[in-house]
Amino acid sequence: MNIDTDAAKTIIARRVAKELKDGQLVNLGIGLPTLASNYLEPGVNVILQSENGVIFMGPEAEKGQEDPNLTNAGGIPVTILPGGAYFDSSLSFALIRGGHVDVTVLGTLEVDQEGNIANWIIPGKLVPGMGGAMDLLCGAKKVIVATTHTAKGRPKILKRCSLPLSAQKEVDLIITELAVMEVTDKGLVLREIHPDTTIEEVASLTEADLVIEGEVAKMPL
Amino acid sequence: MKLTPQTELLSLLRDGMSIMAGGFLGCGGPERLIDLVIESGTQHHTIICNDTAFVDKSVGRLIVSGCAEKVITSHIGTNPETGRLLHDGKLTVELVPQGTLIERIRAGGSGLGGVLTPTGIGTVVEEGKQKVTIEGKEYLLELPLRADLALIKGAICDTLGNVYYKATARNFNPIMALAADVVIVEADEIVAQGAIQPELVMTPCVLVDYILKEEAA
Repeated sequence: MNIDTDAAKTIIARRVAKELKDGQLVNLGIGLPTLASNYLEPGVNVILQSENGVIFMGPEAEKGQEDPNLTNAGGIPVTILPGGAYFDSSLSFALIRGGHVDVTVLGTLEVDQEGNIANWIIPGKLVPGMGGAMDLLCGAKKVIVATTHTAKGRPKILKRCSLPLSAQKEVDLIITELAVMEVTDKGLVLREIHPDTTIEEVASLTEADLVIEGEVAKMPL
Repeated sequence: MKLTPQTELLSLLRDGMSIMAGGFLGCGGPERLIDLVIESGTQHHTIICNDTAFVDKSVGRLIVSGCAEKVITSHIGTNPETGRLLHDGKLTVELVPQGTLIERIRAGGSGLGGVLTPTGIGTVVEEGKQKVTIEGKEYLLELPLRADLALIKGAICDTLGNVYYKATARNFNPIMALAADVVIVEADEIVAQGAIQPELVMTPCVLVDYILKEEAA
């Protein structure tokens, strides 16, 4: 099956949203992870944290309503919801490393079957830096990786990451447009697949060894 | 009197300083103090900042001006000039996880010998660092960071140097104000001593050495 990138992102964002529970403190990475907040289940309200120093972050500011003092961690002007708070970067990372953040959702370059993740550098090519990602990976109670299953046809879900790691054995769940996979003591367990694909097709696009444990459910779209 | 015109602040600058600058992708960045550093023509600085922002904004402009020899930061991806200078061997970049960077600065300003953090274990960040095991869990010993100069941006500052920040413009500013030998504040608004309610003071005036005085246009 063939899914274009935009459709893939929507599928991933919708599925990530189902992992978020009412009242949780959540940090969503810039880009695809942030889209998940558009698809929360009815009745589910999460508290969004942005590591530059805000909780109860609201949607992006409307044109003409931007406040130069209020942005998200990507520098985009945003809003704050009633009940929100601002703080400095030390407190922000105390929330992150201190286990106060329930879930973080991050994109990645590579992720592997042991829960290792590489998302901050391609030596010699791309050196953006880790920003707050390493702290989020170490500190958040649950780490969800939201990524397209492959990049230019090459698997992103590997037996072993080849790029320099961002964190060791910190990933809990991997959500792609084709599958949902959980990192467990028994290996990378295939939990769900897209209704229009097969286990064989997913396996052929995955370098990691997938563990099949009972029934593999169809991803809710 | 801490209120000082820009022309007099120039004398605080010399070549080869370590300079902290607040701001997060330019939000809460000390733009006029950055102008000051650039206008001074001083060179070979080590810049300590959360990120190198954008080519036309905040600390990003310092990078573009070529006055930095080294930058200690968590992210350079939004400023292509940082990457280019790094690639050309004209700039040394020390990348530090954001939460580690802020705690190293806090330690430097708080009389602590360092901090123990799990961030970076199992990655290149741990290279050359001491590991300490506490109750069965491994941590990296990260050392304190201080600077000769901190450039701080506030929303409101009173004439004594008490500072109030707005929204997410606070970020690294109040922590950096702890960790430099000389601390200069610029603010959107300067008010009389005592005009900021004490509970709302986020950087107490005892940390501030100079306040940038607006010069008549």
